[in-house]
Amino acid sequence: MNLNAIQMILVVFVAFLAGMEGVLDEFHFHQPVISCTLIGLVTGDLVPCLILGGTLQMIALGWANVGAAVAPDAALAGVASAIILVLGGQGKAGVSSAIAIAVPLAVAGLLLTILARTVATAIVHIMDRYAEKGSFRGIETWHIIAICMQGIRIAIPAALILAVGAGPVRSLLSAMPTWLTEGLSIGGGMVVAVGYAMVINMMATAEVWPFFAIGFVLGTVQDLTLIGLGAIGVSMALIYLTLSKMGGSGKGNDNGGGSGSGDPLGDVIDNY
Amino acid sequence: MADNKITLTKRDRINVWWRSTFIQGSWNYERMQNGGWCYTLIPVIKKLYKTKEDRSAALKRHLEFFNTHPYLASPIIGVTMALEEERANGAPIDDVAIQGVKVGMMGPLAGVGDPVFWFTVKPILGALAASLAMGGNIMGPIIYFVFWNLIRMGFMWYTQEFGYKAGSAISEDLSGGLLQDVTKGATILGMFILGSLINRWVVVKFTPVVSKIQQSKGAFIDWATLPKGSAGIKEALTQQAAGLSLDKFKVTTLQDNLDLLIPGLAGLLLTFLCMWLLKKKVSPIIIILGLFVVGVVLHVLHVM
Repeated sequence: MNLNAIQMILVVFVAFLAGMEGVLDEFHFHQPVISCTLIGLVTGDLVPCLILGGTLQMIALGWANVGAAVAPDAALAGVASAIILVLGGQGKAGVSSAIAIAVPLAVAGLLLTILARTVATAIVHIMDRYAEKGSFRGIETWHIIAICMQGIRIAIPAALILAVGAGPVRSLLSAMPTWLTEGLSIGGGMVVAVGYAMVINMMATAEVWPFFAIGFVLGTVQDLTLIGLGAIGVSMALIYLTLSKMGGSGKGNDNGGGSGSGDPLGDVIDNY
Repeated sequence: MADNKITLTKRDRINVWWRSTFIQGSWNYERMQNGGWCYTLIPVIKKLYKTKEDRSAALKRHLEFFNTHPYLASPIIGVTMALEEERANGAPIDDVAIQGVKVGMMGPLAGVGDPVFWFTVKPILGALAASLAMGGNIMGPIIYFVFWNLIRMGFMWYTQEFGYKAGSAISEDLSGGLLQDVTKGATILGMFILGSLINRWVVVKFTPVVSKIQQSKGAFIDWATLPKGSAGIKEALTQQAAGLSLDKFKVTTLQDNLDLLIPGLAGLLLTFLCMWLLKKKVSPIIIILGLFVVGVVLHVLHVM
């Protein structure tokens, strides 16, 4: 698909927003389900981009910037793979190869963000000098420059892919044999497990594993929607919290300190 | 003294709240969120201090090292605003006290923010949105964007106000029961949803044929004896609805056998394998790339 000038500008703008959010982590424009959808919206290729965004979001569920550690970069992965999907013009059929392209891009984006965060060190030294002078304007300006630098981090690669154009991207994609694209799509079905595994590793305690088991079994009931499952989950959490307080002490609540006797649910849980 | 006391108005606090959105903007490896922290507090400093020396000292004070969860910076900002206000009004609060409060609060609060926001709210909202989006439903991204930002903005405003009003007493309050309940409830919900999502969205399908049995006559649709044209289609559909098989042979794949145990078992085992690999400090990127390779290889070998 060939894009006109306005569409290209909008795509680069979306890329800029995603790049800013890659460091800010506030509005979440960098989450694939948002960034891919926005790119689909401005290019008129909404549905394939929406599906791509959803799939990448599943993969990226557990990616988070914790402390000083930096996660694989969802911003570049989502933006660049969506642009490639649109330029390739294969529609929904192109989603699985776009996902395979997204993963190395997430690593490339990670390196770029580390670079940008290192450059930001120099920027805060400039801020120090303005602080010496008591200049509010100077600090504000340089802070905004730092944010824009993170936006440009994604905007430039996006513009580069647009500049290369639809032709090379399409020939690259059509050169991929079917065994490879089908295999990649099977791999794509499995890689979502990695994101879930990261989240479980962070949250799991002996106390909450039974809820995981219940969720897994109820997941087999295809008639239950996610909203329905959510309602069950919220109810169970409320019931559990209420019951664990009835025992006179917060069960498993470290500062509760007391015994769990008289806590029927606690006893059941202990037996697991 | 009391009659010309400088106080921060609600407008100042809204201004600070909006600016705190950009707290990570100049995140750097030396002092991390310091630039954004200082940027956030500029309206406060501008309001409270009038001389160049005071302003310069305040700016430098707030360019010190700072890093926490970006949303849980809000209560700390609130407390700091309260402290700065008292200081500007003559209370004996020195730089060390302010820096002490900031450093003392940022560690524990980051420990609350990461599990609640990154590992519970985000995966749940993200998974809900993603599953809608994968089905081509535009509500997916809309739900994600609206709810994420409502939760975030509400949380940041409320906790900043809370910090401002409570002053330095906030650290004790936050270690109390409510926050722990929220964290635990969120974890329970998170684990429950994760269980069902793994069942539905981790797709592992094995294609090898385990058995191929010719079915007895009358158990399958005998295509040769059907009437021609639309009457034949009608008859075939009627027979299928009556429980007749479409093919002469009943094909059972390995996947059918596995599904008899419980659907999604292979996906669950794969997730456990990933958890184990992650605990062994294998990089997630390596695992992801590895799974793509496995997918291609097994497909070429006709296993999947």
